Amino acid sequence: MSVENPQKTILLVDDDIDFLLQNQTQLKAAGYHVVTAESQKDAEELLKTLKPDMAILDLMMEQVDGGFALAYHLKRKYPDVPVVICTAVTSETGMEFDAATDEEKSWIKADYFLPKPIRFEQLLAEIERLLKK
Amino acid sequence: MQYLRTLIVDDEPGMRLGIQKALSKYIMRLPDVNEEIGFVIDLAETGEEAIEKINANRPDILLLDYKLPSMSGLEVLEQVTSKDSEMVTIMITAYASLETAVTAIKRGAFDFLAKPFEPAELKKTIAKAAQNLILARHIRKLEQEKRQVRFQFISVLGHELKSPLNAVEGYLNIMNERVSGNDLSAYQQMISRSLLRINGMRKMIADLLDLTRIESGQKKRDLAKHDIIPIVRIAMETALPSAQAKGIRVNLHSPSSIEMNCDPGEIEIVLNNLISNAVKYNRDNGQVDIDIWNEENKVTIAVKDTGVGMTPEESSKLFSEFLRIKNEKTRNIMGSGLGLSIVKKVATLYEGNVTVTSTPDVGSVFTIVLNANTYPSTENDSK
Repeated sequence: MSVENPQKTILLVDDDIDFLLQNQTQLKAAGYHVVTAESQKDAEELLKTLKPDMAILDLMMEQVDGGFALAYHLKRKYPDVPVVICTAVTSETGMEFDAATDEEKSWIKADYFLPKPIRFEQLLAEIERLLKK
Repeated sequence: MQYLRTLIVDDEPGMRLGIQKALSKYIMRLPDVNEEIGFVIDLAETGEEAIEKINANRPDILLLDYKLPSMSGLEVLEQVTSKDSEMVTIMITAYASLETAVTAIKRGAFDFLAKPFEPAELKKTIAKAAQNLILARHIRKLEQEKRQVRFQFISVLGHELKSPLNAVEGYLNIMNERVSGNDLSAYQQMISRSLLRINGMRKMIADLLDLTRIESGQKKRDLAKHDIIPIVRIAMETALPSAQAKGIRVNLHSPSSIEMNCDPGEIEIVLNNLISNAVKYNRDNGQVDIDIWNEENKVTIAVKDTGVGMTPEESSKLFSEFLRIKNEKTRNIMGSGLGLSIVKKVATLYEGNVTVTSTPDVGSVFTIVLNANTYPSTENDSK
């Protein structure tokens, strides 16, 4: 890693171990440092000492809205850290979610919503876009 | 109270009013479906008027005179009968020739009323038609609900089978693109996870086959007197490797033999499910205790663990298909979510039941009670 381009740290939170392992592998290969957590609780614990450059959170963990709560806490502590919420909620329940309008942004503390199943190229493109901001 | 809309078609005013008078205050009871039925009457004088009224708002029951001024009752019937119609038609006729009857039935009439008739006769005929209609509706509703449950099951099943496929596909794509380089050992964890997910899927399919076989009654039940203690020992041996891996002791407390009329395969399915759950959801170096006794021809099997336990809320949801208690303590435990549904289905075959008592972080006791003298029900024989 050159000095101009220090390795960025991404926090990846999902209760699906396979999702974690696959995206961690891909992100590492793309040059990122990845920290993972399997639950909202573990992630909150990590965030006490860690400030990631960005966070990718699953929406439905043990609590159905675990991702929202986590995003809210994260943004309160680190308002400048971009948050992507990955969720299968649309394919599973048909509910549409997005954080595009101001009204939605006022209570959904996420910069981007990515519906599962995700294409890694798309996730990577969003990460690069959000980190350039 | 349910009302059936009844259209009376007759060109004689006296007839229309007579029928209206007899039916408008008539209330019949259907004990089979615990329902009271009343009749709302509408009248038509001619075939043309009848067709117009039927097309605008289909009645439940049609009382149709055979002999009408410009078009006959049969012609009306021909024009208004459709296959998906629920309308029940009763033909009123003064000359009930066999030929008329056959034609009317062919065109969808349900019954006949020969002129002249008494109010009692009318009520009897109407009651028969109403009963037929209501029961047909009930059957249709039950079938609808059954289909709904089926659809829901298939949709959840599809999701549950897709999930391991997605995981394995994801790993294969990563390996295919050599994301972590050319050294195979870099992919060891992915290979292990893939195998684990495939095993989970295989177990789910096996459980699913057990469940459908039991449910459909297609599996031939091999009921005979058997000592179930050897079956318990086989199930304990099956669970031994996973129990030893976690340092769990599995103990049996029972008389040396317990005879019951059973299909050994079914008893083994039940025990395998209960014992493997007790091991899976146990803590390391925990304990599983199996108590079996026979009291007044009721065989009770209680499987007690020292594991994560459940809250009352979690226990209450436990026997639903595909439901797995998801929390911090169980997230690394694999399961099909079908095991307890199977146990419950088998218990039902033995006129028995399954119950659970549980305390979080202390453990759970699953108790299954089976009738020791079950014989195949006639329902199962006919299938």
